Amino acid sequence: MGKPKVPAIDGWFRLPEDDADNSIVLVGTRCADSGTYYFPPERVMSRAPGFADSVLEEVELSTRGVLWSFTDAQYQPPEPYMTVTDPYAPFCIAAVHLEVEQIVVLGQVIAGVGVDDLEVGMEMELVADTLFTDDEVEHMIWKWQPIGTSGSAAASEEAAS
Amino acid sequence: MSVEQVAVLGVGMHPWGKWGRNFVEYGVAAARDALADAGVDWRDIQFVAGADTMRNGYPGYVAGATFAQALGWTGIPVTSTYGACASGAMAIEAARQRILSGLCEVALVVGADTTPKGFLKPNSGERQTDPDWLRFRLLGATNPTYFALYARRRMALYGATQEDFAQVKVKNARHGLGNPYARFRKEVTPDDVAASPMVANPLRLLDICATSDGGAAVVLCSMDYARRHLEGSNSDRLVRVAAVSTATPTFPNTIIEMPNFSTDSAAGLPIPERSFKQAIGAAAYEQAGIGPEDVDVAEVYDLSTALELDWYEDLGFCAPGEAEAMLRSGATTLGGRLPVNPSGGLACFGEAVPAQAIAQVCELTWQLRGTAEGRQANDPRVGITANQGLFGHGSAVLLTR
Repeated sequence: MGKPKVPAIDGWFRLPEDDADNSIVLVGTRCADSGTYYFPPERVMSRAPGFADSVLEEVELSTRGVLWSFTDAQYQPPEPYMTVTDPYAPFCIAAVHLEVEQIVVLGQVIAGVGVDDLEVGMEMELVADTLFTDDEVEHMIWKWQPIGTSGSAAASEEAAS
Repeated sequence: MSVEQVAVLGVGMHPWGKWGRNFVEYGVAAARDALADAGVDWRDIQFVAGADTMRNGYPGYVAGATFAQALGWTGIPVTSTYGACASGAMAIEAARQRILSGLCEVALVVGADTTPKGFLKPNSGERQTDPDWLRFRLLGATNPTYFALYARRRMALYGATQEDFAQVKVKNARHGLGNPYARFRKEVTPDDVAASPMVANPLRLLDICATSDGGAAVVLCSMDYARRHLEGSNSDRLVRVAAVSTATPTFPNTIIEMPNFSTDSAAGLPIPERSFKQAIGAAAYEQAGIGPEDVDVAEVYDLSTALELDWYEDLGFCAPGEAEAMLRSGATTLGGRLPVNPSGGLACFGEAVPAQAIAQVCELTWQLRGTAEGRQANDPRVGITANQGLFGHGSAVLLTR
């Protein structure tokens, strides 16, 4: 049996109940009066100047967006980055623009996708993936992948239709 | 608007390198050079401002007092500033405000750093509410990650190429060849850049600035003090601070900023007319009543080669998308219309965080005086520095003579 899956940080996203499901939803907040979104969720006050007293409502962010820019990490980042594989395997990082929220959200890109597979303007979607594993649990995080990546929710939908 | 000016009476630097000694030594050496250059005795300095370093224990957090103690206590008021890469400009601004408000006539500003090898990294411990810690833990996002996102964006928006980025390094390496304060003094070819290891695609090792040890200091004074002090000597080369910008972003800031996970959302309030980096320069121009068309020389923060190109546009030297053409035309090379980073920039220095913004002012002072041996721009009268500190500390200093 696999180790229990726990969020790598509390309150930023929701994982599905079913371990086999790799969908994930980012949790943000929305300033009710100005319509501004916040991710990570802003819980103290709306930072839109003039809206300090507005209610912040919890919302789920779009799970798809357009690739704004991207890069990779050819060298292992320093701590507190946690070693995933030995030897180190480079990974990509994507900045994705969400249309409704008008916000750019960073995330690692799933393993197996290199910079040559990415292009600014392409559609991306979120998946749940392991950030790192310790003795007891798998620490889970959101990652981006191009829509249509094998094993992705969209690809399975297309395959099913 | 045009605010009253203060004079740059003296400047000094300790050479950049990886010397591995106590940062206080570099600061003291730079301060003594600046005092000698100004012809002012330390005992006559009326205010001292130190730019803090976060990597050298407690003395680094109270840099003003650390340098004052090292130079010999004289009882003068002190301040210590921190704004990441903008710390030096904040210290300069503290001294300038003190002078302009009439609380003192002559002040010393010092910044110095000793840096470890490798990527800059956050403070240790489990710091679950610190975005700078979290970006390493949750994203593995180093500083070059962010530089690379901007670089890739330039490629997508404007058709910039890795060859364009390499040409920035080639130019700056050539500029720094004769600079005795630069750490790297060696010609670099486009092939050298292309052969260097990829760090954060599209940026290679030679596209990204190193971290260095170094120290820089300036002596600032009121224009009255400068006139009295320089009486009888040639003062038509006296360099003045016409503006200091310490701008912050305006909400919503729609460009991803280190160390954040996301931009501000533009779904509520309208996107401001100027991006953060554009606002940094604009605040300085407005304060001085000087425009980008008047600028003859600039020192900008080339944390990466591609970032230097962003600054051309954000400081108004050319229109968005035209920086590569401006670079290729030779306009920003020594001998061109507006040399950028005549010192060699961070490409030749590597970054010594609290000293760097002060070093930019030292370089432009030498340029405006016409004494930048081996790297002198053609008779410049107006120069601007620009940089940006983590979390939204803007910094620009406009100098004239």
